[in-house]
This record gives sequence, structure tokens and C-alpha cells, in this order.
Amino acid sequence: MLDATTKEIKERTSGGVINPAKTCQPIGAMYAALGIHGCLPHSHGSQGCCSFHRMHLTRHFRDPIMASTSSFTEGASVFGGGANLKTAIKTIFQVYNPDLIAVHTTCLTETIGDDIPNLIKTAEIPEGKKVIHTNTPSYVGSHVTGFSNMTRSMVNYFSEATTSLKKEQVNIIPGFVNPGDMREIKRIAKLMKAPFIMFPDTSGVVDSPMTGEFQMFPKGGTTQAELTDAGNSKLTIALGRFASSDAAEQLDKKCKVPTATLKTPIGIKATDDLVMALRQAFVTEVPYELEEERGQLVDIMTDTHFHFHGKKVAIFGDPDIVTGMTELVMSLGMKPVHILTGTPGGAPGSTVGSFGEDIKELVGMAGIDANIKAAGDLFTLHQWIKNEPVDLLIGNTYGKFIARAEDIPFVRVGFPVLDRSVHSYMPIVGYRGAMRLVEMISGALLDRQDRDAADEDFELVM
Amino acid sequence: MAITEAQLEEILAKYPSKLQKNRKKHIIINNQECGAQTIEANTRTAPGIITNRGCAYAGCKGVVLGPLKDMVHITHGPIGCAYYTWGTRRNKARTEDLAQNFINYAVSTDMQESDIVFGGEKKLAKVIDEVVENFHPKAITVSATCPVGLIGDDINAVAKAAEERHGIPVLAFSCEGYKGVSQSAGHHIANNGLMDKVIGAGTMEKANGKYPINLLGEYNIGGDGWEVERILTDIGYDIVAVMTGDGSYEDLKNAHVSELNLVQCHRSINYIAEMLEVKYGTPWLKVNFIGVQSTIETLRNMAEYFGDPALKARTEEVIAREVARIEPMMEQYKKVCEGKTAFCFVGGSRGHHYQGLFGELGIDTVLAGYEFAHRDDYEGRQVLPDIKTDADSKNIPELHVNQDPNRFKLKLSPEKMAELKDRIPLSYYAGMYVDMKEGTIMVDDLNHYETEEFIKLLKPDIFASGIKDKYVVQKMGIPAKQIHSYDYSGPYAGFNGAVNFARDVSMGFASPTWNFIVPPWKEEPLLTGKVNAEGVA
Ligand code: SF4
Ligand code: SF4
Repeated sequence: MLDATTKEIKERTSGGVINPAKTCQPIGAMYAALGIHGCLPHSHGSQGCCSFHRMHLTRHFRDPIMASTSSFTEGASVFGGGANLKTAIKTIFQVYNPDLIAVHTTCLTETIGDDIPNLIKTAEIPEGKKVIHTNTPSYVGSHVTGFSNMTRSMVNYFSEATTSLKKEQVNIIPGFVNPGDMREIKRIAKLMKAPFIMFPDTSGVVDSPMTGEFQMFPKGGTTQAELTDAGNSKLTIALGRFASSDAAEQLDKKCKVPTATLKTPIGIKATDDLVMALRQAFVTEVPYELEEERGQLVDIMTDTHFHFHGKKVAIFGDPDIVTGMTELVMSLGMKPVHILTGTPGGAPGSTVGSFGEDIKELVGMAGIDANIKAAGDLFTLHQWIKNEPVDLLIGNTYGKFIARAEDIPFVRVGFPVLDRSVHSYMPIVGYRGAMRLVEMISGALLDRQDRDAADEDFELVM
Repeated sequence: MAITEAQLEEILAKYPSKLQKNRKKHIIINNQECGAQTIEANTRTAPGIITNRGCAYAGCKGVVLGPLKDMVHITHGPIGCAYYTWGTRRNKARTEDLAQNFINYAVSTDMQESDIVFGGEKKLAKVIDEVVENFHPKAITVSATCPVGLIGDDINAVAKAAEERHGIPVLAFSCEGYKGVSQSAGHHIANNGLMDKVIGAGTMEKANGKYPINLLGEYNIGGDGWEVERILTDIGYDIVAVMTGDGSYEDLKNAHVSELNLVQCHRSINYIAEMLEVKYGTPWLKVNFIGVQSTIETLRNMAEYFGDPALKARTEEVIAREVARIEPMMEQYKKVCEGKTAFCFVGGSRGHHYQGLFGELGIDTVLAGYEFAHRDDYEGRQVLPDIKTDADSKNIPELHVNQDPNRFKLKLSPEKMAELKDRIPLSYYAGMYVDMKEGTIMVDDLNHYETEEFIKLLKPDIFASGIKDKYVVQKMGIPAKQIHSYDYSGPYAGFNGAVNFARDVSMGFASPTWNFIVPPWKEEPLLTGKVNAEGVA
């Protein structure tokens, strides 16, 4: 497996990628747009992009992913895709009848420079329907950037400050996470009795139930009214800086809604931060139910600490998720020694901060000297692991090849997970999500210990 | 079961008027009494329509080039395209030298904004250098994605310079996603490149074994190619090269020594088959290893071509042995499948191939079609002269080859060839139309809306298609079978494949999960339930 990967690291300076740890912007925009109720994402470009993005999202969620395309041909690429977009908009409303269309661009239409807002203005849009857009040049950022861009566009197109006083409600931007995570975050907000608007919200859309009937626009998704009303909230909690802070900043600029940017609530500390933020904003007691969950989590972590302590871990994936996972494994006493994301890291001081600096600070607190890289690839990660082996690998499905090559226990977390099911329904966020992660990690480590044990060391109790 | 023209009109009425007329030409209700019917295919999909189609890059790098295991395939473009064609198609491969198997690698130039503005040629050249330094492959391919053509990067020049620097072939493919109207354009571009640069580059003049053949248009999805190879080697054929599943640069360059080319997927590889005939005088045979009967027929046609009695006898021996072995298993699954109906909408050849296998299980295909085929795949190659190329396909270059002065050799006398052509599909494909029953429907580039409408009308028991519509259909309570990637199962080709397919399809029908869709409280009124069980409360 991956036998062409050598231990010797030859410096690569081209900027090319071998075995990516990111993909392109539009897929993130498509996913975010699915989190608006009654929305059909539309890919403005050639068919291939849309087909790839639908295929990939379908495989991750195992649910229908509906999206349309401008189906460019060479003519459109030369003369511009205005006619394609206008025809598309007309046909979509007539044939599929969504409440709104969310257009995102592709590298083709970005390169030729189609002016989407102007094209939308001149398109035939039926009464009561809406078309929004975001620019998603694939040669900038990653799929996380695309998610962030579409989420910011929701603010641009909808959010308005219409009340003189801000309402006692909070906006929660969950970031590029699974519907199972969004449901868990909403459950926590409900327990905290905090009225909230979550956007985007793909729960009920890409985890829709089997009823014997296909619904092109399922029950879930943030409504347009909610997106508008987000401008009246007294606070926005942006979970995950890379996926969520941009939209939150925009909401602050446009509607004067202050922002609290927190980590994706993976693990006990990040979840505590979310709970504390809600507690402070709504001056409300933390209910016993949550406190009990937290106590259970601490109990579990303490009871099992000896499975984890001192074990070396490699973590890769999307920056917000990787940050959360790094903190979580550290809270278990593990040592994250290789930490990598494919997404570019951002500059220190920018709204998204710098992945490299932040992770360095995080692991530095435990005195760990780790390999850290943004805009990295899995070829690099694999070579790191060959040079400094680890006891556990955490990442998306693509990690399975490295895990097999190096015979390392592997825990699948993040996007995409293409070879296991149910994951998108189950949270990794919140106290209960952390319990699930602890179970997954200890399961992987102990299964390995059992597998490798001699008969006489193979024990009933562990 | 059949639908009427009026019902069809009603479905199409939902479209804007221009689109109505357009789509009508892509849909045929089989009525062979009134002579040959014509279908429109390989024309652009209307913007806004939710189609299953992909792009030229997907057809070139994803389908044809990707499976070649000992070459490193570089995608020149932003990251997405390389990423999505990495390990997603299930084309399996193994090599003796483990370090020369690149099937699990994805290499991209990951173009950034500055590359779009200032050009990406330098970066591409550097990526090629790094690939050589790290992997030492025998050959490299470079495939272009959408922006590359627009910004005017000359990938051919970069490839040529790299060839000189490194002394290995570096093949450039201008398969930008906007070319043509689907994956099909990319197949053609890939075919041209391989024919031009690889096939015939080897030094072999004669095959090592008896009955040397190439297997074309077999991509080893789920191990299909390995099952076919098992059968063919058992009979005594020498497989020189497979295009391209588990295929290699090493084998491909000597593909010219074969005596016969087998064509499984006509759509994706017919260009090479044709060019091999012109250049080396090697005829091609349309084969079909999907389904027991088709496999048997294919094996007999092959033996017929070589005409050797010993080969014929061996063929019959293997057929008899295999059939005796699998028949009891097939029988058991037939009981589950008998009397059911299917939709079969896939790719460019499977929409046809799987109908036979469904038929063997007692399942009638009531609607079929292709995602990106041409008219000849529906109606047969006799329509080729009538196909008008439109603006969209004109920009795919045609490669013209000539007889190779040293290697051209007629494999059969013209008389023998003519005589065989009457009996076996030699250098000919008859398409799906002739195999479909009266009243069945043929749809080209079936889209989401039509899928829903046809399902409502015809209520098939199973839907064979790809991943993008699988869960749509299953939500309606109808089992859906992926015929692109086999739902992570396979092989489905050959004798063993037929059994696997029968098992998987039966599983789809027999799964207990369908019974749980309606919750009990939806079937039992709240009040009467209580009254009956516990008396009046
Ligand atoms: S990188 Fe560009 S061309 Fe490729 S799939 Fe993404 S948007 Fe499409
Ligand atoms: S068999 Fe189908 S999926 Fe495979 S290459 Fe041919 S047309 Fe494409």
C-alpha cells in the first residue's frame, strides 16, 4: 500500500499536491446552500464540477444531493455564460420549483469573469422566488472557504436589522460539520433556553428520513425569514473560525450584531466555551442535564485515561475540525505529533487567524514539539509518519491508505467519510459527541491491542 | 406497462417549449413495426437541467487514463478535479513491483490565483520534475482542467520539454471540462493520445502466446477484468494488453502484436479499436461479458474468429464446466427476481449490457438509456455516416492513422472477414435498440425530473443507475443498484460476476428493511386500536 512513498523527504517547492487533504470551494458552497430551506444549489460552470460535487456529497451523506448546473460548452466558455445562467434560472423555476436558487461559480466561470450579480438582475425570476450567489474560485482556499463564502452570502442577501433593539436571540453558525453535529448544537442551545437561529442548517435535508416518498426539498434548512431575522439577533456565535467567522463579521458590519468566534465545540474545553458563552449572553443557569452530561464525560475520561496517556497521534483534515481534535486528544493525555490541514492557514491577525501559529500555541502548552502544516498534503503526512511513527491516525476516509501502509489504528472524523455509514447522523460535538469520540478512539486502540496480543496476554478485562 | 405518446407529452409539458421539442427527440417508445427509429444523442444538456453527466476531463483522466497503473497521472488545474477522480471509481490494479503501482496517488498542480493570472506552465514543469524525483515512473500523463485552456497554458510544450529532460514519455491531454457535451469527448481525447504516443511504441513484433488478444473498454471495476481474464486464460488466450483496467504502460505499448481486439465498452474505446484496424490490420470484436448468455456467446464468437477446432473444443469445455457450476446458484436467485421490472440507465454501454443479465434473472427492462452515448450505441454503427457533428463535438480533434508499413498485416483474408461478419459482430456494434422489446422506452441523458415522472408511471421494481440518483430512488421505496461502482461489490462480469449480481439484486428485493417504512401508528387509528385492545377506556 502506497509503496511508492519513501521515508526520505525530498523537499518539494512547486506548490503541487500529492494526495490532497482539501478539495475545491464549490462543494462547500453547495453543502452550505443545502442548509437553506427550499434551496436548490446551482453550479455555474461545466457539468463536470456539479457532477463531482454531487457524487462526493452523496457518498458522504448517503442521501439525495440535488443541484443543477449551467452545463457550459466551449461556446459559453468563450463568449461568457450569461445566456446559460439565464436559461438555467428559468428552467429551474419552471421544472423544479425551488423557493430559491443559490448560485456558486467554478474555476471556469471565475476565470472568464462572469458577472453573476448582474446576470441575476436580468434573469426572469418568478414572483416570490429568489436567486442568491457567491463567488467560489477554486484556485483560492479550499472547500471550507467555499462553505464560508456561501454562508457570508446568506448574510449579504438576507440579513437585515429591522428592530431598534436587538432581540433576545443568538445566531449560531455551526461551520462545515455534519447534520448530526448541528442537531447536537441545537439541543445544547435549547437546554440553555437560548432562542437561536442556526444557519446554515443541513439537518433534515441531508439526513432526511425514509418515508416511501422522495422530497426534492425536505423539511429541514434555515428559512429565509430566519436568515433575514438574523440581523436582529443580539449575538452571533461563530463556531470554527475558518468556516464561520467571515459570515459573522459580515453580520456585524451589516447589522451590528456582535460576534463571538469560538472553536468548533469538539471536546470538553471547546464545549465548555460554548456553554459559557450562552450562559453569559442569556444570563441563564446551566441546566442539570448538561452538567450531568459533562460530569459523565469527565468520569469516562478519567476512568479510561490509561488507554490514552502518552500515545502519539497524527491528525489531519479541515482546520476547524483538526483544531478541535487536537485539543480533545490533548485533554486525554495523548501527544499530537503530526498535525496537518490541506486548507491554506490564513494570516496571523486575519479573522481566521493562522492555523500554524494557533496549533503551535495549543500543543506548546503541553510542551509538545509537533510537525504542523497548513496547505499540506497526505504525501507529506505519510512521510512524517514514516520518520516518526504514531499510535493512532485521525482524519477523513483518505487516511485509511496511510493507516494500512503503516499498520496504525485509524479513527474516521470529518469530511469526507466515504467508506463507513451513520457517521453523519452522530455528533462529534458537545459533551455527548466527546463521549462518542472517546469511545471511537479507545475502541480503535484496544482492538489493536487485542489483535496483537499473544494468547497468554489476551485478556477478558481491559 | 407501456406508456402512450399522450402520457409522454404530458411529462414533457412541464418544460419550456424549446426544451420540450428538444427532449422529445431524446426519448423513444419502441415501435419497431414502423421501421427504424432515430434517437438524438451526444448533444448538449440544457442549462439548469439536473443531469447525471460529467465532463471531458472525467472521461479522459477519470475513465480512460486513470486505471493505467504504472503511470503517474498529473492533473493540471485547481485541486478539485484531481481530488474527485482519486479512488472513486473502483478500478482495481495490482503490480509485481509494488513501488510502481500509482493507483492510490492523486497528483495535482493545485493552481492558485497567481497561476491563473500569470500562467501555470512553470509550476507544471516543476511538478513533473518532482514526480520523477519521487516516483521514477515509466511514463507520465498530464490532463488539463477547465481554466488551463482559457489561460492558454501550452501543456504540450511543457510535456515535450519534460520528456527531453527526463527521458520518459510525458503525454499531454487537452481535456478541459467544457469540451464536447459529456465524458464522451474525454474518451475520444484519451484514445487519440494513447494511440498516438503509446500503442506501438514497444519493440515486440510477435506475441508470446497463442491467440493473442487485447481487451478494450474493460476498466476492472470491482475486479471485472480479473474475472474475464480468469476465463480467457483458462481457455488458452494470451492477453497482451487491457485498456485500461489494471492496464499498464508496459503492456499497452506492445498492444500492436495482438491478433484480435475485444471491445467491451464500445463508447469509451471504439476510436482505438478502429485505429488499430487501420494501422495494424487487426479487426475488433464487440464482446459482452455481462450476463451468462452474453459471456457464452462472446466466447464462442472469439473461437469462431480464430477458427481452431481445438480452441472451440476447449471453449465448450470451459463453458460447460462454468455453467454447471453456477447454474444452481442462479436458479435460486431467479426465484426471487422472476417477473420483476427494471430501469437501466447508465454510462455509455452498461445501459445495454445489463439488460441481458436482468433478463436471465427474469427481470424485464422497461426503460433504458445512456448518460453520454452516441446514436450508434443506441441504433448500431450503420448509422455512423448519418451522424451530423454539431459545433460541440467539432472541436474534438480526429486522429488519422495510416497503415504501419512494417507492422500492418491482414489477420484474415477479405473473404473470410466478410463471411465471419455475417455471423459474428466483427468490427460492428448493433446497439441497444434491437435488443429492446416493443413498447419499452429508450431515453438519452435521462434527467432527474424525467426519472421521477417515469417512475410514477411505470413503477419499476428496481432502478439501475449511478450514485447521484440512487438515494432519490430509494427514498421512494424502490431498490437502486449502482451500475457504475457496483455498490462496493463485484465483480459483475463473467460467470462469477453473474452470480454476484444475482445475489446483490436479490438482496435488494429481499431486504427486510423495506417493511419498516410505514410506522405502525400510521396504519392503525389511534382510538380503535385502544378500544380493541383494552376495551372501552
Ligand atoms: S477544481 Fe474547478 S473545474 Fe475542478 S471540480 Fe473544482 S470547480 Fe470544477
Ligand atoms: S462502461 Fe460505462 S462507466 Fe465504464 S467507461 Fe464505459 S460508459 Fe463509462
